Amino acid sequence: MASQKAKADPTAGTPFESVIGLEVHVQLKTRTKMFCACENRFGAEPNSLTCPVCLGQPGSLPVVNRTAIEYAVRVGLACGCEIALSTKFDRKNYYYPDLPKNYQISQYDLPIAKKGRVEIQVGETKRSVGLTRIHLEEDAGKNIHVEGRPESWVDLNRAGVPLLEIVSEPDLRTPEEAGAYLRMLRLTLLYLGVSDCNMEEGSLRCDSNVSIRPRGSTQLETRTEIKNLNSFTNVENALSHEIRRQVKLREKGGQVAQETLLYDPDQGETRVMRGKEEAHDYRYFPEPDLAPLRFDAAWIERMRASLPELPMARLARFQEILGLTRYQADVLARDVELSRFFEECVEMHRKPQDLANWMLNLVQEEMNSRGIGVRELGIGPERLVSLVKAVEEGKVSRQNARDVFKAMVGKEETVEEILRSLGLGQISDDSALRQTVLDVIEAHPSAVEDVIRGKKNTVNFLMGQVMRRTRGQANPSVISKLIEEVVADLRSS
Amino acid sequence: MSGGDLALDVLEIRNAIRSRKVRASEAVDAALAQIRKVDLVLHAATEVFQEEASARAAEIDRVLDRGEDPGPLAGVPFTVKDNICTRWGRTSAASRILETYVAPYDATVVERLEKAGAVCVAKTNMDEFGMGSSTENSGLLGPTRNPWKVTHVPGGSSGGAAALASATRGMFHLGSDTGGSIRQPASYCGVTGLKPSYGRVSRYGLLAFASSLDQIGVLEATARGCAMALEVMAGWDRRDSTSVQAPVPAYLESIEKVVRGLRVGVPREYFPEGIDPEVKGLVQAGIDVFRKLHVSVEEVSLPHTPYANPTYVLISAAEASSNLARYDGVHYGYRAADPSDILDLYSRSRVEGFGPEVKRRIMVGTFVLSTGYYDAFYNKACKVRKLIRQDFERAFQDVDAIVCPTSPVAAFPVGEKIDDPLKLYAVDVLTVPANLASVPGISFPCGLSGEGLPVGLQIYGRPMEDEVVLRLAHAFQQETDYHLRAPPVRAWGEE
Repeated sequence: MASQKAKADPTAGTPFESVIGLEVHVQLKTRTKMFCACENRFGAEPNSLTCPVCLGQPGSLPVVNRTAIEYAVRVGLACGCEIALSTKFDRKNYYYPDLPKNYQISQYDLPIAKKGRVEIQVGETKRSVGLTRIHLEEDAGKNIHVEGRPESWVDLNRAGVPLLEIVSEPDLRTPEEAGAYLRMLRLTLLYLGVSDCNMEEGSLRCDSNVSIRPRGSTQLETRTEIKNLNSFTNVENALSHEIRRQVKLREKGGQVAQETLLYDPDQGETRVMRGKEEAHDYRYFPEPDLAPLRFDAAWIERMRASLPELPMARLARFQEILGLTRYQADVLARDVELSRFFEECVEMHRKPQDLANWMLNLVQEEMNSRGIGVRELGIGPERLVSLVKAVEEGKVSRQNARDVFKAMVGKEETVEEILRSLGLGQISDDSALRQTVLDVIEAHPSAVEDVIRGKKNTVNFLMGQVMRRTRGQANPSVISKLIEEVVADLRSS
Repeated sequence: MSGGDLALDVLEIRNAIRSRKVRASEAVDAALAQIRKVDLVLHAATEVFQEEASARAAEIDRVLDRGEDPGPLAGVPFTVKDNICTRWGRTSAASRILETYVAPYDATVVERLEKAGAVCVAKTNMDEFGMGSSTENSGLLGPTRNPWKVTHVPGGSSGGAAALASATRGMFHLGSDTGGSIRQPASYCGVTGLKPSYGRVSRYGLLAFASSLDQIGVLEATARGCAMALEVMAGWDRRDSTSVQAPVPAYLESIEKVVRGLRVGVPREYFPEGIDPEVKGLVQAGIDVFRKLHVSVEEVSLPHTPYANPTYVLISAAEASSNLARYDGVHYGYRAADPSDILDLYSRSRVEGFGPEVKRRIMVGTFVLSTGYYDAFYNKACKVRKLIRQDFERAFQDVDAIVCPTSPVAAFPVGEKIDDPLKLYAVDVLTVPANLASVPGISFPCGLSGEGLPVGLQIYGRPMEDEVVLRLAHAFQQETDYHLRAPPVRAWGEE
């Protein structure tokens, strides 16, 4: 939904178009892991969040986390999927040291949700991207290789964390669309509150499948898969790079080989991880340790009814009901906390457009310059509203409101207290300003002459002088009224 | 305790402790002494918990002395098959790959039994990971010997448990049964062995061989001894999603109910061509005992019986290939020395750690799950399994239980079949259907062959009707004394 700088379509000027499908893995923010009672938390001491089950100790058995099931169903419903009334888990067999059982409990032929869509907008174009399936599985641990050491280490804190795999149809045509899809998907998950979607911590990961074909063709051609994409920008860059590589190859009469590639963001290059012949046979079969799951249709309907407002709906409401511009709506809706903050403000002060301006000009700017979220600013909606009201009531100038706002960050004082301590309260009182105006007029006789002769611009000069002497606290409309009165007096005398 | 007291069955021991006629320490020390004595010949125990068990028994005596109740099985000794996790000692499934493995937790059954006051005295030998029918495939110990004839196998895979159940008294033995691994050795050693309904007993802490078939059960001289243990072991466990949420009957009480009027079926497919005529004769005589008890006996048909064994071989191997993947030398257990890379570490640890039968089944299982073979083998086996289940459902519409031989043959000499897996698999033919159909099964002695080897009679019941098979076996044992006969190798009486 972000109106980004348009990126060059890497197939522009070639007879090809690209076909992109994304596989997104999202860690669910449940309290405990997928199949055991261990805490699901990032950043703990290695192997401290483990038990016989997630360590794959002999004799241990998995037990399904109901909350994870619920989260998966919510995501499926939010993306307009069909929810399976009966589903099951399967074992995906492969050997890797971060997978203690050497099989992953996943879902094979009966995913929990299928056939959904994600609506995206790139520039003015809206598109609907199909979702093939959403399934639940367990995350693996993490292998740790220490430079210069012969041995490797394994941290199994992440092993068994609930993971949602969301597979899109090959509906995306440009890297930019891929980026827009990812951003919208992430936002939807954040709105649902089911994941942190933090790519740096690995709670959202993305693999891209990409092929090219002659424009107008509807066939799917040999694709490559790019792994290890740890930011949206990397996804877009890796795709652009890979599409250009495939185009060059095809233009030279070459064939694209089915390969799995690793993207190196530092070099901006991909390298081959494995070819088709090394593809795994995962020997999927139904997980005999877990009974099949059956859902009650009424339960699914209750889940559907309890879904929160989703990004597209909020975007539309902000524009149509609250009267924000698309840009304002976009900036606010793309940040869950920011839009919640904004709505709380609107709740207290029914001036959404004004508030949106303040949100974008003051709040967002301050967040960006500090690189933090709105909650971390430590300014509640109440205090922002009282600042906005102070401006409206002429207690502080628009200009000084910025300094007041900055002074509020991380402190607990009220707007009034800050105005007092900074001496930034706006002076709108005639009697308080009249003497300053008279002083200025006395000090600048030639300027006054000019004003009397009708030089309008010079009024601004006089106003500036008054502002200087009041350290910006004077209410400009009051000064201008006073100057005009004095000048009128002089003229008539 | 005198030598005569050693012949008490486990229920009598339990009652003697509760009525303070026997101290827990005496019962446990007697159990330990018996095991030590017979094990010189039988090689049935992989580990004996002399000190730990004595200490535990002394603790229970102190509780009893204070007039408190340490639980329904206070001071009752029991042994645990080596594939069931205990914090005490090693849990190796008789495999080199877990030779030094110590489980960080107790299996649910062990936890429940200990909470009820029972005392674990030893772990017992088995075929590696439960794969075998003779206990010749132990990777840690030589083959366990049959107390009735030490040149012969005790059956398997719970051969250690069955041999001890036969040669000792006053304790019960945990086994596991994936295709007959409790019932067949019970039959060969002349004791009672119960494989409960699938889901009746938690599998949490049982080293999985084939998850959809595995079930923990119990071996003892008598059906009532099994009933006593099952009453404590059974019940839903939140750690095992396949355990059944159904109330646990008071088995000890309900097995005393009369069997008159019950209807049992004898499946015509269970007397195949290869059956030993002596076995057939003893089983038929055993069935006559039920007639005498006014149980109506009729012929039934389980038409898919001939497919049960191949179905079992495929499904169990497929699940095993995945279940045993975790034994890779990375996280625990045996690790090959000086691996050159991760692949070398995996493959050499497994090549050196697993025995030949385990490797054979892993390879079969890997093959039948592979792309291109899945439908022809694994998937087809699952379909046949459904047909076998339906056979039972139909039969159980007409009868309350099914009576049949446990094994087509009696115990065979050590070494006779070990080099011919198909011959060895064939002895499971009458026991695997119970696992495929999730029904309870019990084996108990119904006589001795001319060679002096016990023969077992088997009863199958409806799923979750473990009480019915126990009741029929108990009624049989009230009427006969085969279960009381002592093998030549025994820890009590004359030798």
